[in-house]
Amino acid sequence: MLTKRIIACLDVNGGRVVKGVKFLNLRDAGDPAELALAHSEAGADEIVLLDISATAENRKTLLQTVRQTARQLFIPFTVGGGIRSLNDASAVFDAGADKISLNSAALADPALITCIADRFGSQAVIVAIDAKKMSTGNTYEAFVAGGRKPAGRDACEWAREAESRGAGEILLTSMDRDGTGLGFDCALTQLISTSLRIPVIASGGAGTIEHFVQVFQEGQADAALAASILHYGVTRLADLKQELAAAGIPMRWPC
Amino acid sequence: MSVAIVDYGAGNLTSVKKAFDWLGQTAIITSDPDAIDHALRVVVPGVGHFAATAALDHGLRQAVQSAISRGTPVLGICLGMQWMFSSSMEAPQFPGLGIFPGECQRFPADVKSPHVGWNQLAIDRSSRLLANHEREPFVYFTHSYRAPVVTETVARCQYGGDFSAIVERDLVFGVQFHPEKSGTAGLKVLEAFGTLPC
Repeated sequence: MLTKRIIACLDVNGGRVVKGVKFLNLRDAGDPAELALAHSEAGADEIVLLDISATAENRKTLLQTVRQTARQLFIPFTVGGGIRSLNDASAVFDAGADKISLNSAALADPALITCIADRFGSQAVIVAIDAKKMSTGNTYEAFVAGGRKPAGRDACEWAREAESRGAGEILLTSMDRDGTGLGFDCALTQLISTSLRIPVIASGGAGTIEHFVQVFQEGQADAALAASILHYGVTRLADLKQELAAAGIPMRWPC
Repeated sequence: MSVAIVDYGAGNLTSVKKAFDWLGQTAIITSDPDAIDHALRVVVPGVGHFAATAALDHGLRQAVQSAISRGTPVLGICLGMQWMFSSSMEAPQFPGLGIFPGECQRFPADVKSPHVGWNQLAIDRSSRLLANHEREPFVYFTHSYRAPVVTETVARCQYGGDFSAIVERDLVFGVQFHPEKSGTAGLKVLEAFGTLPC
């Protein structure tokens, strides 16, 4: 049976892993290559590295970080943040990434999804959507620029378009829950997951193991992202996967 | 030179090479039929659309076929494995190598596609590729088309029905999953291939 994936996410800034609450109060959480390897050995099913600064100067640092991280990693490795062109994507693949994650650039130029998918395959293209619940009704809007600007697009409709343009997976972040530890937005996850044929990775809000059970059962997520819950040792991956398996969620465990 | 990784412009070459490097086995990435002729082992990797295999038709198909005839161990990975079958519905106009019979088909509509993630192998019979495994491992898949279960199938996988996860005939092997992305379980598969007597 296909297992549900636990994806360890590393937010990097200037070559270091950082984690904050809603993009604020960034704290140093360690060396990306060391953390990625440690998560892989502890049972992470994939590693995602997000460059949260994405300035020109930091691009070189990022590629170096990607190379160092990829060197000893033999599980799927995704890199996102600041990828705006086929050239940016090629450089990240050359450095050792298996998949890239597009966000603002895809909303600004949806053809970029197809362009990268045609060259590297749909399995290599993740479209990340930062979604915020609208005050009226049960709809969600997509946001860009690290969650600072509304994109003027319905999140579900944008996810469908991304799929039709060749995205292989959707990385769905609830802006309302990100960094809060209050649990995933299961309603949002279920809405998007059941609207698409491609897998959906749920992100934002994980605080307890029970939250992961909920997002796989109620949210029908195919994978879930874990970041701060892992970095500070709040939850060990082994405990997380063991308890999910005990709750009847198909897991790669023991690895 | 130990392993020739066939470069026909269809992805995941560096990660395959990186895995062999890590295992201490010399591997080169090449699109030169001569290099394939002189290799002790040949890997046909690949991700993406079956139409990409048309690029093999300019000398590389012949080189891989000759390697198989000489008894050189050959391993197809993902798209490389599907190319070893007769054809694929993804691009029916391009014939596969036909080492294994049958046509690769889409997943049924009642499951999500592509099949992405870690799934467990169901081992039908002993395989030299699984010589280092003590139990049925979880391995990483990412594909929209799948190869049928045939008499050469040594391990199956279940997702919207059974499909071939490993096929084997003499020294020709195909794996639908990505051993270079399947952690320790995958490295063991590549190690077993890399240390086959040849």
